[in-house]
Amino acid sequence: MTKSEKPIIQIKNLWKEYGDNVVLERINLDVYEGEFVSIVGASGCGKTTFLNLMLGTEQPSRGSILLDEAPLDPEPSTERGIVFQKYSVFPHMTALENVMLGEEFSKTSMSSVAMGRLIGRAKEDARENAMAILEQVGLSQAANKYPSELSGGMQQRLAIAQALIKKPRILLLDEPFGALDPGIRKDMHQLIGQLWQEQKLTVFMITHDLSEGFLLGSRLWVFDKTRQDSHAPERFGAHITFDIPLSTGKSGEEELERLKATELDVA
Amino acid sequence: MTRIINRQPSRYGRLALGFLPFVILLLVYIVASDARLAENSADKLLPSFQSFADAVVRMGFEPSKRTGEYLLLNDTLSSLQRLMMGVGLSAFIGLVIGVGNGMVPYMRSPLSPLVTAISLIPPMAILPILFIIFGLGELSKVVLIVIGICPIIIRDIQLRTDDLPPEQLIKAQTLGGSSWQIIVRVVLPQIMPRLIEAVRLTLGSAWLFLIAAEAIAATDGLGYRIFLVRRYMAMDVILPYVLWITTLAFAMDWSLKRVSILLFPWYHGTQGGGHD
Repeated sequence: MTKSEKPIIQIKNLWKEYGDNVVLERINLDVYEGEFVSIVGASGCGKTTFLNLMLGTEQPSRGSILLDEAPLDPEPSTERGIVFQKYSVFPHMTALENVMLGEEFSKTSMSSVAMGRLIGRAKEDARENAMAILEQVGLSQAANKYPSELSGGMQQRLAIAQALIKKPRILLLDEPFGALDPGIRKDMHQLIGQLWQEQKLTVFMITHDLSEGFLLGSRLWVFDKTRQDSHAPERFGAHITFDIPLSTGKSGEEELERLKATELDVA
Repeated sequence: MTRIINRQPSRYGRLALGFLPFVILLLVYIVASDARLAENSADKLLPSFQSFADAVVRMGFEPSKRTGEYLLLNDTLSSLQRLMMGVGLSAFIGLVIGVGNGMVPYMRSPLSPLVTAISLIPPMAILPILFIIFGLGELSKVVLIVIGICPIIIRDIQLRTDDLPPEQLIKAQTLGGSSWQIIVRVVLPQIMPRLIEAVRLTLGSAWLFLIAAEAIAATDGLGYRIFLVRRYMAMDVILPYVLWITTLAFAMDWSLKRVSILLFPWYHGTQGGGHD
């Protein structure tokens, strides 16, 4: 068996509950390298909890998530890159410094361990790598600007560049384009689609926008509660009710219709 | 007719309106002073501008007959030295403990209640204790300033650290930063301009504690001088000293603001210039 045939992520009977309140239940899934998973579902359906479990900021109540067949670190680490809707770039650094930071957080260089900075040759290398990535996301002109001088779309490009410099095994996107204007969102779709294909990334993207999920994803997960107890709504959690393989590039209109035909309640 | 909430004075109008209260105060003083001096030319309560000028020359530009020192210069240097040491020490401790409490739960649990308790002690009430422990020298005055303003700075910095978006700290962890690297590269640089703000806000209290300590036990300093000449009702010295202290305080506040704008342009850029 070659490595590419083993799943990069294995989710085994995952449950998450807070006291009596069950948020997620019975999730069993495998994800292979290079997949782009779009995650949709109504608000309060545990999408964010799921992302936090993937990130490591929360731990499963039962079951486990395996990355490359080993349990995930119980805290955020370099294997998992993240782009939030906002606040994920550092306002006190220029775009270039924001991207270089990932390289400057090194465990081997003395100056980095002591001050979080590289010096000399290593710093020059980091700068070159960072410039190359800024170039890829179309920000080389803005390398010396602070985030407050960048538009919302450019800030998200920067956040993506920043996450990519560590070459994460999986890239998590938490409604990354939710706060952007429609026109800019379209550019961003193009960018993320292109990066995904060029760099063979494995992506998990939470979105409110169903058509965005269809457009970008190679696979679509729908989080929903199938069991309901009207007297105690917290008794049952959400799980993945649909796991739909998509052919990317198409707008997914037919599939959208098909999904709507099943009377699925997606906000 | 536009509403008054929509009417803006012109640039010169604003300047003129800003000066207006000062001019009125000055006129009131001159009239009152003249009235009292006409009644009794030896009146000490509201001296004329001539006696102010004489006092300023005597205190600032002629060596003292007794010691040969320039008193105003001497007092200013002693006071500033105490103030700088007290404020500098407070800012340093405030930064270290504030950021530590904000970032490290195992540091916050034991320290945070202690800081809150200390901040509730009225500093002036323990001044006698400080004099007993640290003697009447410089140390007790510096310690009074530190005890007075340090808890405020610590609590402010702790809150500011808590206010940093959790997304930033998670992102920094996914970039591979250790706790220390994240504090040094992500947290501290963002807290520094807020530390300057905290220092600006506590400078007034720092002066208060300095002058109080000097009034009680000192042999020089601006506060010492004011309380010394009070015995002779020397308003001609007291008022220029008060004006001088105000000027010094204003200059410090203004320079801290300029330093912050110079060093942290990203901070003031996003605040829309509303931070003064």
